[in-house]
Amino acid sequence: MRSYDSVQHAKGESKFVDDIPIPEGTLFASVYYSPIAHGKIKKLNFSQALKAEGVISIISASDIPGENQIGGIILDEELFAKEGVHYVGQPIALVVAENKFTAINAVKEIEAQFEKLPTIFDPREAFEKGELIIPPKIFSLGNVNAEWHNCDYIIEGSVISGSQEHLYLETQGSLAFPVEGGGIKIISSTQGPTAVQKIASRVLNLPMNKIEVDVSRLGGGFGGKEDQATAWAVMAALAAVKLNRPVKIILQRQDDMRMTGKRHPYSSDYKIGLNKEGKILAYEVNYYQNAGASADLSTAILERTLFHSTNSYFIPNVKATAYCCRTNLPPFTAFRGFGGPQAMFVIESAIHKAAEVMNVEPTYIQTKNLLKDGDEFPFGQINKNSRAEKCFDEAVKRFEFEKKEKEVKKFNEANILVKKGIAAMPVCFGISFTSTFLNQASSLVHVYTDGSVRISTAAVEMGQGVNVKIVSIATRTLSINPDRIKIDTTNTSRIANTSPTAASKGADLNGFATRDACNLILERLKKLAAQILNAKDISQIELMDEIVYLNKVKTDLDWIKLINTAYMKRISLSAHAHHATPNIYFDRENMKGDAFAYHVFGTAIVEATVDCLVGTCSVDSVKVVHDFGKSLHPVTDKGQAEGGIVQGIGWMTLEEIIYDNEGKLLTDALSTYKVPDIQFAPAIIDVHFLEDVPNPYGPFQSKAIGEPPFMYGIGAFFAICNAMKAFRPHKSIQYNSPLTHEKVLLWLHSEK
Amino acid sequence: MEKQINFICNDNAISGKMNPAITVLDYLRTVKKLTGTKEGCREGDCGACTVLLGSLVGNKVKYKSVNSCLLPLNSVNGKHLVSIEGLNIEKLSFIQEQLVDEGGTQCGFCTPGFVVSLVNYFLNHNNYNLHEAVTSLDGNICRCTGYAGIKRAIENTISFLGNNSAKDNIEFLINKNILPKYFLEIPKLLKRLNAQLETKSKKSKTSKFLVSGGTDIYVQQRDTIHSSNIEFVAENRSEKTIWKSGDKIYLSGNLTVEEFRESKLIHQYLPSLKNHLLLFGSLPIRNRATIAGNIVNASPIADITNILLVLNSDVHLHYEKKKRTIPLIKFYKGYKQLNKTRNELITAVSFSIPKSKSLFNFEKISRRTFLDIASVNSSISIKTSANVIEDVHISAGGVSPVPLYLRSTRKFLLNKKISLENIKHAVKIALAEISPISDARGSSEYKSLLLRQLFYSHFIKLYPQNFKHEEFL
Ligand SMILES: Cc1cc2nc3c(=O)[nH]c(=O)nc-3n(C[C@H](O)[C@H](O)[C@H](O)COP(=O)(O)OP(=O)(O)OC[C@H]3O[C@@H](n4cnc5c(N)ncnc54)[C@H](O)[C@@H]3O)c2cc1C
Ligand code: FES
Ligand code: FES
Repeated sequence: MRSYDSVQHAKGESKFVDDIPIPEGTLFASVYYSPIAHGKIKKLNFSQALKAEGVISIISASDIPGENQIGGIILDEELFAKEGVHYVGQPIALVVAENKFTAINAVKEIEAQFEKLPTIFDPREAFEKGELIIPPKIFSLGNVNAEWHNCDYIIEGSVISGSQEHLYLETQGSLAFPVEGGGIKIISSTQGPTAVQKIASRVLNLPMNKIEVDVSRLGGGFGGKEDQATAWAVMAALAAVKLNRPVKIILQRQDDMRMTGKRHPYSSDYKIGLNKEGKILAYEVNYYQNAGASADLSTAILERTLFHSTNSYFIPNVKATAYCCRTNLPPFTAFRGFGGPQAMFVIESAIHKAAEVMNVEPTYIQTKNLLKDGDEFPFGQINKNSRAEKCFDEAVKRFEFEKKEKEVKKFNEANILVKKGIAAMPVCFGISFTSTFLNQASSLVHVYTDGSVRISTAAVEMGQGVNVKIVSIATRTLSINPDRIKIDTTNTSRIANTSPTAASKGADLNGFATRDACNLILERLKKLAAQILNAKDISQIELMDEIVYLNKVKTDLDWIKLINTAYMKRISLSAHAHHATPNIYFDRENMKGDAFAYHVFGTAIVEATVDCLVGTCSVDSVKVVHDFGKSLHPVTDKGQAEGGIVQGIGWMTLEEIIYDNEGKLLTDALSTYKVPDIQFAPAIIDVHFLEDVPNPYGPFQSKAIGEPPFMYGIGAFFAICNAMKAFRPHKSIQYNSPLTHEKVLLWLHSEK
Repeated sequence: MEKQINFICNDNAISGKMNPAITVLDYLRTVKKLTGTKEGCREGDCGACTVLLGSLVGNKVKYKSVNSCLLPLNSVNGKHLVSIEGLNIEKLSFIQEQLVDEGGTQCGFCTPGFVVSLVNYFLNHNNYNLHEAVTSLDGNICRCTGYAGIKRAIENTISFLGNNSAKDNIEFLINKNILPKYFLEIPKLLKRLNAQLETKSKKSKTSKFLVSGGTDIYVQQRDTIHSSNIEFVAENRSEKTIWKSGDKIYLSGNLTVEEFRESKLIHQYLPSLKNHLLLFGSLPIRNRATIAGNIVNASPIADITNILLVLNSDVHLHYEKKKRTIPLIKFYKGYKQLNKTRNELITAVSFSIPKSKSLFNFEKISRRTFLDIASVNSSISIKTSANVIEDVHISAGGVSPVPLYLRSTRKFLLNKKISLENIKHAVKIALAEISPISDARGSSEYKSLLLRQLFYSHFIKLYPQNFKHEEFL
C-alpha cells in the first residue's frame, strides 16, 4: 500500500504552511528577540522601526488581551518578555508588515536597552545555586547502599551528553486569520493542535470554541513542534485579532535556531557495582538536566530519563535522582527519545567503563544483565513479553558479532594510523505517555454515499507515517480498498482535546480509536446486511474485500450497495470513537506504577573507523534486530528505524551546539551546525524485523516505532571509542558527547 | 531596477521586465506560486530549493543543478529553469515511484530537492553507478530518512535504466519515464529565445555589489540583496574560461569551481584536484561558485584560494581602462581587506604549469567531511630532486585572518632533505606562523594540532616510501 502523503511529496505537491495560498491582505511578521541572556528591559523604542515603509504594527506584551503566559506544564513562560529577559532569543516583540523582508529588516531597527544580570549556563552551577525548576525526582528499587559491599567492582564516573537541534527541514510557522464572530482560525505546523488552541485561548482571552486549529502536515517535528510551535501560532493569532487581518509567521532558519529549544544537555554522575561474573548489583546515578530558562516539557522529560535509567538491563538495586536545572538558555524541549537517550548513554558509559576496569568485553556485561520476563523495572512495573535477550542474541548471531570482533582486532594489529571499533547497543523503550491522562485519542470516520471514506484523528502527520498506518487499520477493519480512504487534516473542530502527536504513540492511540470507529459503522452495516440477506445473526455476515459473505459464501451485496442501502434506510454512516489505553497508571507520590502499555526492544551492532592521523571517523555499518511487532506498514517502519539511527549517530558524533560566554548561539545556521548528510550516513544500515512477535497491546499486533531506533545511535559513540582505544590502549576516555573530529583528534594526540 | 528577462520556466516561455536581483526561489514561490521548491535554509546548505538550469550548448541543452535560494533571477535569462513541477509526469516518474516505495521520503520537505538532484545526475551521466549518484546528492539534506531509502531508490533506478547507450540522454530518460516529453522541445525554444536576447548588460556606476555566482553575497546580504543595485559580472561568458598560454594556465574569474574540477587541462597537470574539489561545497554550489568570488570573499578557509596560493598564482585585475596583475600572496592585507579597489574586477587568475616532477596535495578537515567549511585546510606543491627539496609552497587556511601562505616554513624547507627531522622542524615553524582563534569550527588548540597532522599527511601521502607511519606518532 502506497502512502498518499509520500506520493504528494515526491511530486512536490504537498502543502506545508508556507505553501498554502494566502488570503487576500495577508501580513507577514518577524520576531524581535532578546540579544542578552539575562537582564531587565530598561527601554524599548519602536519608533524607528515603525517608520519603515510597509510596517503596519509592532506588537508586544502590552497588546495581549488575556494572559501573557504560554507555559504548558508549569506557568513560567511569557509569550513576549515584559520586564525581564532570561535567554538570548527570547521573544520581545513582533513586527508586522506588508511583506516578509520589510518585517525582517524593521526588526533590526528596534532599539532596546537592558540592565544585565548574572547568568548561568551550566546545569551543575544552577544546581549549586538552588536554581531548580521542581524538587529532585527519585526512582529507587532495592537498596543500593546495602549492596555496595557485595560488589567485586565499584566504578564511578561522569558523563556529559550534548544538545541537539531538531532541524526539522520546515521551520516553525503559522498562518492565522480572523473569522466571523470574533473567532480565529490558525493553520500551524504543530504536533499539538490542542496546545495551540488552549494557549491561544488563554492569551487572546477567547473561549476555546472560537479558536480553530488546523494542521495538514509537518515538514519534520521530532518533538521540536510539540510545545514550541505554540508561541508562533499564538503570536500570529494575536496579531491577526489585533489588526483584523490574516498574519503569517514563517521563521527564518537562523531565527528558528536561535529562538527555539533543543534536546536537553545532561551532565551526570554514576556509580555502578558488579560482581566478578559481570552481574550488575547496584547502580546509582544523578542526572543534572539543563532545562533552560523555563520549564517547557523539561519535567516530563526528566521523568522519562528516570524511566530509562537502566535501559535494557535488570538491576536489582537502583537509585536514580534527577535535577531539573534552570539556566539562561532557550528552554530545552522534547526531542525524539524525550530524555531516554540521555539516560541510556549514561548506563552504557558505565558498562563500557566497567568492562575496561574488569578487562572484559562490554558485551560480556551487557549479556549478563539483559531484562527477562518477570524482572522489575525501577518504577515497579514488571517486564512482560521481553524480547531483550531475543533481539540481542539474534543480532549477535545474524551479524556474526564475534567474527567481526576478531576481524576488527586483526585489522587494528595490521594498521597503525587507521583503527576500527565495534560495539553492541541494546535498547528497551517504554511506550505510553508517562502522564497517564495523555494516553487518549479519538477518531471520526465518515463514509460517503459513493463508498469513499474520510477519517479525522488527533494524530499529526510529520513524516512518521501515521496517516498510512491509519489507512491500513481502516482498510483492514472495513475490508475495503485503501484508495477509498482519505485522511483529513488534524483539526480541533473535528477532533477535540487532542494529545500531542508524540511519545511514539500517534499510531497506537489514534489507530485504536479509528479501529473502534470503523467497527461501529461495520456493526451497523452488518446488521443491515443480515436483514437484507435474511440471516438470523450478524455473526453469519462477513465483509471481505468489499463483498458481503453470508456463512462464508459470497453474496452479490457489495460495499457500494451496502452503503447506499444504509443511507436510504437512514442508518448513520459516521462514527466517532474515543480510545484510552487500559491498565496503565503512574503514582507520582511513590514513583511507582505500570506506566507503559508495553516496551519495544532491539539491539544494534555498530562498526566504525577512525583515521588516527587526522582524527576523522566514520560509522561504517549499523545492523539491527528490532522488535516491530507485526508491522502495519513495513516501508514506514523500516524508514523510521533508519532515520532514527542516523539522527542518533548525528547526536552522538557530529551535531554540536555551541554557545559563547554570553549565551549566544554560535552554531545558528546550517553552515555551522552540521547534521548527517548522505555521505556521512553509514554505508550499511541493515534493519532486521524480528519475526513472529505479535504485540497484543498495539493495533493489529503492531508496535510503536518513532523513538526507540534513535538510541541505536549511541552504539556509534562506543564503536568509535573502541577504535580510539586501539590507538592508545592505556589512555582513559571521557564519555562526553558529541564525539566530534575535534575531540577525537585531541584525545588521540594530546597528553591531557 | 527592473530588467528585461526572457526564459523558459518548466514548459512555459516567460518574458518581461523583472527585478533581476530577487532569488529564483522567491520568484518561483511567490510570483509563480510554484511551491514545490522549498526554503529550508536560504544559504545553500540544505538543497530543498534545488532547481535545474539548462543552457544551450550547440544544439543541446546542458543542465546543472543549482540552489535557487542563492540564484539571482538574472541568471535564468536565456535559460531553461526547471523546478519539481517541471519534472512531473502524469503519474509518478520512475525516480519518484522508487522514492515512495523504498521509504525515501518521510516528511517530504526535502523530497522535491532530491528528485531534482537525481534527475540532474541521470541527465549528466551515461554510465550510472551508486557511488557517483550518491556523491551528486552532496547538496541535499534529509533529516528524516537516514538516506537508506533514498539509496535503495537510486539503486533500483540504476538497475532499471541499465547503461545508457543512447546518444541523447533526454530522449532516453523520456522513454524511461524519468523526464516529461516537453524536454524535447526545449533546445528549439531556447534557440529562438537566445536570438532575441539582449546580451550587453548595462554597466551602472551606482551598483552596490558585483555578483558572480552569488553563493557568497546572497548569503551575506540575504535580507536586502533583492532591493540592491547589482552588477552581474559572470553572466556574459566567452568560450574561453580556462586556457593555456605559454607556460601558464589561465582561469577566467568567472570560471566555476565545478568547471575547474572537471577541466581536462587541469586533469593533465593536477590530476588529484578532481577528487580534492569534491570537498568544496556541494555540486549545486560548485556549479555557481566562481574562482574570483572565492578569492574576493577572502575567507581564511577559502579552498580555491588555498590551492591557488601554492601554485604561486597571479591575479589579473581590471577596472575601466586600467589593468594590473599582482601575485595572489600580495592580495590580502588583513581580515577581509584586499589589495583591490571596490569596482576592480578579477578577470583571470594564472599560474605556471606545474613542472613534471612537482607534486601537489590538498587536505581539508571539517566537522562534516562534505558540504562543510574547513576547520583547517592546507595545500602543498613541492619539487624534490634526490630527496632534496628544490621548491616548495605551503598554504594553511582557518588559522589566521587571511588565507595564509607559509613563507618562513617554505624558507626553512628549501634545499633541505625530505627527512622526519626536517618535517618536524618545519611544523614548528609553521605553527609559529599561524594565529588560530577558537570559534564554531574548532578551538585554537585543535586547529594548531590539526595543521600539524595535515602537514604530516602531505608528506605521508606524497612520499609514502620515505616514511613509516609510526614515525609520526
Ligand atoms: C553552501 C555553501 C558552501 C560553501 N562551501 C565552500 C567551500 O567548501 N569552500 C570555499 O572555499 N568556499 C565555500 N563557500 C563560499 C563561497 O561561496 C565561495 O567561496 C565562492 O567561490 C564564491 O564565489 P561566487 O562567485 O559565488 O561569489 P559571489 O557571491 O558572487 O561574490 C563573492 C564576493 O566576490 C566579489 N566578486 C565576485 N566576482 C568578482 C570578480 N570577478 N571580481 C571582483 N570581485 C568579485 C563579490 O562582489 C563579492 O564580494 C560556500 C558557500 C556556500 C553558500
Ligand atoms: S534553501 Fe537551503 S539550500 Fe536553498
Ligand atoms: S523526508 Fe523529511 S527531510 Fe527528508
